[in-house]
Amino acid sequence: MTGRVGIEVSAAVAEAVKLVDVDVVSAYPITPQTHIVERLAELIANGELDAEYINVESEHSALSACVGASAAGARTFTASNSQGLALMHEILYVASGCRLPIVLAIVNRALSAPINIWCDHQDSLGARDTGCVQVYVEDGQEAFDSTLQAFKVAEDQRVLLPFMVCLDGFILSHVIESVNLLDEEEIKGFIKSKMKPKYRLDPDKPISMGVVGGPDIYSEFRRQQEEAMRNAKKVILEVDEEFGKLYGRRYGFFDSYRIKDADVILLTMGSMTGTARVAVDKLRENGKKVGILKVRVFRPFPYREICDAVKGAKVLATVDRNIEPGAFGGVLFTEVRSALHKYEEGPHVVGFITGLGGRDVTVSNFMTMAEKALRVAETGKIERVYEFIGLRE
Amino acid sequence: MKSWREIPTGSTVLEPGNISEYKTGGWRTFRPVINHEKCIKCLLCWLYCPDESIVITEKGEFEVDLDYCKGCGICAKECPKEAITMVREGQE
Repeated sequence: MTGRVGIEVSAAVAEAVKLVDVDVVSAYPITPQTHIVERLAELIANGELDAEYINVESEHSALSACVGASAAGARTFTASNSQGLALMHEILYVASGCRLPIVLAIVNRALSAPINIWCDHQDSLGARDTGCVQVYVEDGQEAFDSTLQAFKVAEDQRVLLPFMVCLDGFILSHVIESVNLLDEEEIKGFIKSKMKPKYRLDPDKPISMGVVGGPDIYSEFRRQQEEAMRNAKKVILEVDEEFGKLYGRRYGFFDSYRIKDADVILLTMGSMTGTARVAVDKLRENGKKVGILKVRVFRPFPYREICDAVKGAKVLATVDRNIEPGAFGGVLFTEVRSALHKYEEGPHVVGFITGLGGRDVTVSNFMTMAEKALRVAETGKIERVYEFIGLRE
Repeated sequence: MKSWREIPTGSTVLEPGNISEYKTGGWRTFRPVINHEKCIKCLLCWLYCPDESIVITEKGEFEVDLDYCKGCGICAKECPKEAITMVREGQE
């Protein structure tokens, strides 16, 4: 398959994994991620992809198998979400601590209880401190392109961190979109077919990985990871630029839409951005100065660049598809507000929590959020710092 | 001590078998003391020691390598002749 095709986004992600000629896939099925690894299993079984598919009994084992494979120098991929990602959680720290460039597709889904298989961002945002790079995509093309970029960024010797490509469950994963696929010849100029690890487990040159690091050295290893995240900022842009030159598509840390003269900027993540664009177009027709900043790279958080992009606005409205019970607002809200702290005359920040457990975030929801934020822009007064939208009170 | 810039990437150890450089004797509270008159050189302490800290000298006598002995007391427990006693560090 190549060129512009109608393809399910999950299958497009699998095509990207096939294109980079991955060596090892290990995963455990969980809705709505299953189609990605099903498709990969098929590609490996019918000989289209020369890789090992390791069947396991849980997500904990899936990521553990990936850790072993990656440590041995294999280009490695897995996918999960929700309870499955929660079960991987302790191994995520091992993967990032051992500096293993495993790529994970996280097909965002809510967490139990109550049992819910539909989209929100609580699962991957719950893993935001595990030392994995996180990118949230808006559509199928971005999912495909970001998966290709993920391997190159993760494997860069300045980075060497696991990389999560987060795409909205069902809204993206189970939808057929028009995606411009690349072929094996086209991808050759972008990424080498084999991973070049810095260190690898090799019986002829024995080393130890994941050893004990006591109080005398633990902080130094953690500081290295922090540096790798800082480097990732640089490498993400370099790789994106190279990708753009080769294939004509660039994504950056974030995507801004009609923000130049905006009084209000909606900060979104993931597929809801498409809906927000429709709402903003309508608001603009009515003379309301509203724009969108889609936060794409969440870890490392590009706080300086986001601040520079939004500081001219009067009000920022963060749209959080997650909830942190007991925290002061959603994850994006607290992150953005903290980033803006140094700007004394910076914009107000109001937070909205919406779209949990797959509830649609509609054009009308965005209109409501924009109206509330515009009122703050007019009056300079914030009645509610953060609130739910689309909730039965 | 090396800075974070100088240590290998990730928690990686590049020299195999380097545990010998890491002295663990400092963990010890009790030190085994061998009574060479009672010792029958049966090798049981050498066999049971989990840290290979019983060493045999050139004279063929048994000694404790205090760089690595953590003072677990297994040797004293297993000695059939009660030739090993555990003495609190800092005391004779």
